[in-house]
Amino acid sequence: MSVTDAPPAPDTGPEVRRPSTRRRLVPYWLLLPGILWLLVFFALPMVYQASTSVQTGSLEKGFEVTWHFRTYWDALADYYPQFIRSLLYAGSATLLCLLLGYPLAYLIAFRAGRWRGLVLVLVIAPFFTSFLIRTLAWKTILADGGAVVDVLDALHVLDVTSRLGWTENNRVLATPLAVVCGLTYNFLPFMILPLYTSLERIDGRLHEAAGDLYATPATTFRKVTFPLSMPGVVSGTLLTFIPASGDYVNAELLGSTDTKMVGSVIQSQFLRVLDYPTAAALSFILMAVVLLVVTVYIRRSGTEDLV
Amino acid sequence: MQEYEAESLSAPQLAAMRRSLAGGRGALTRRSLLRASGTGALALGGLGTLSACGIPPAKREGDAAAASDDHSAREKRITFSNWTEYMDVGEDEKSRPTLEAFTKRTGITVKYTEDINDNVEFFGKVKPQLAAGQDTGRDLIIVTDWLAARIIRLGWAQKLDPANLPHAFANLSAQFRSPDWDPGRAYSYPWTGIPTVIAYNEKATGGRKVESVTQLLDDPKLKGRVSFLSEMRDSVGMTLLDMGKDPGSFTDADYDAAIGRLQKGVDRKQIRRFTGNDYTADLSKGDIAACVAWAGDIIQLQADNPDIKFTIPAAGYITSSDNMLVPARARHKTNAEKLMDYYYEPPVAAQLAAYINYVCPVDGVAAELAKIDESMASNTLILPDKEMAAKSRSFRSLSAEEETAYEEKFAELIGA
Repeated sequence: MSVTDAPPAPDTGPEVRRPSTRRRLVPYWLLLPGILWLLVFFALPMVYQASTSVQTGSLEKGFEVTWHFRTYWDALADYYPQFIRSLLYAGSATLLCLLLGYPLAYLIAFRAGRWRGLVLVLVIAPFFTSFLIRTLAWKTILADGGAVVDVLDALHVLDVTSRLGWTENNRVLATPLAVVCGLTYNFLPFMILPLYTSLERIDGRLHEAAGDLYATPATTFRKVTFPLSMPGVVSGTLLTFIPASGDYVNAELLGSTDTKMVGSVIQSQFLRVLDYPTAAALSFILMAVVLLVVTVYIRRSGTEDLV
Repeated sequence: MQEYEAESLSAPQLAAMRRSLAGGRGALTRRSLLRASGTGALALGGLGTLSACGIPPAKREGDAAAASDDHSAREKRITFSNWTEYMDVGEDEKSRPTLEAFTKRTGITVKYTEDINDNVEFFGKVKPQLAAGQDTGRDLIIVTDWLAARIIRLGWAQKLDPANLPHAFANLSAQFRSPDWDPGRAYSYPWTGIPTVIAYNEKATGGRKVESVTQLLDDPKLKGRVSFLSEMRDSVGMTLLDMGKDPGSFTDADYDAAIGRLQKGVDRKQIRRFTGNDYTADLSKGDIAACVAWAGDIIQLQADNPDIKFTIPAAGYITSSDNMLVPARARHKTNAEKLMDYYYEPPVAAQLAAYINYVCPVDGVAAELAKIDESMASNTLILPDKEMAAKSRSFRSLSAEEETAYEEKFAELIGA
């Protein structure tokens, strides 16, 4: 609706009746549960973590705030390989999810017909088992003497991936490839569902219109379908990339010593070494890095909507 | 809503508002959400509330700080936190025969929970309450010796009353009598002993025997198919023994040398992973050909897979233990002591050992165990003979500073 559509403003004059105080407070009362929730479960822990990250001390003697900002620098200097690895693995997994998820979402939205409901349920079905069990199942799938590895080996795929450093000789488990596979598998539904929602809302007549204007199917996809599905692409990649970059279960179970991601480091600093400041600082650095990557990405993606 | 709008705002104002909510700066999009949350976080950060925080010292001084009013006489119950699969289970897979017999005899009901999966996680879970001097709701917990040592060091365990522990005092086997972290067992009694040995899958090694840590680290035939444990004391302890050092009395330099030796194994890709309990499936499948392993796991694996073999290295092996403790402020200490003592009666201990397959720390169990299962009574991983007991070593207890420094170095080794 634009301004010109509006009827001319009635002249209410200077004595506008203000709504009563009670009425003005209504929106705030409605917001209260949400604000309280954010305060208790988001803001307070953040403040607490921020404080922890600039403390020094030990478990036995206690920790005190000494504004020791060097912790941040030390953490980054010690663990930058794990940071780079996290972004690299999460980025690769996100890309793979997009490549695998887009055709599937497209199929569900436009071609599944009466099977649509069933296929959607199948996409969500893995969530009915625990994250851990699903990840452990990949150890069987990718086992050294297993069918997958044998086939890849026979096709000489593993020779190529080993040269690239993704796999180790003729095994996949305990290599970067296994970790990225695990991440891709575990986060794929988070990519498919927003993509599907976006695609499903596209009016079929737009495709017909594109055809009427002599667009080839490829052009229709490039000029119509894909741009209209951008909100789904953006939210799908965010829902995949953000949790994947902080994940440590896949790296822990499917990886090796040189595939550890920053989540593992935070866990081990917090629980094993009991170095709470370093763990807190690492969490903040991870948050900042992810926020930066995401901000740049959203700015470049050129879409404001998310669904 | 309609009425409210009509009386306070003009139509163009309303239109502008709607426009702005749908597409303007006020529109709820990811970007605006990020911007808003960023601003909010910054504002909070600026409050200067940061310096008001801080974590008080965890250590609590004196036994009085740990003790609590004992409600045992009035409240005939205890809460017992244990690891999974660490208690005998009846034929029907539900009943727990030894615990039920205890309740029948003493009238003390046991709330048994299997809520311990991992020492470090459990410590993280109970730390806030124990550090604040509060009851954790648990009367009896079972933790591995290094964590038991830390809990005692921090003053978070209650001193036991020997008068309530006659069987435990009499039957505790010599090997476990006086660890350096709890001399004379003032605070703790072992639930089980855990030998750390070398295990291998004979099929995966092609019939080769694997007999030492040196072989794990150097045998080219095992390259990429060797795993060590992510418990620092087991992996480093076994390496120290292999290098001819005593894990009970090593120096900083010895520790660094052992880490260096393992690091070489990592760098040369000899070591595939450092694992928790999840090595068992890999070993059984043959993805891991040989590894440092916990004896109890191996006994259970062998039942399903005859290819699994173990060796006690000539250089010796590490024995750790899982220990029963009464945490500070627990309300039913006497009841907990009665339960501890109960598990030191040989028939009960035998029943437990027959089910969980770990080293039984109770003397005089052999005859009772033979009644249940002959082969178990002669299994040295459950009842070590003299020769085997002589090779057993314990990792010495560490000071708080050492613990942090060593864990840091070990974390670096395992990649995190």
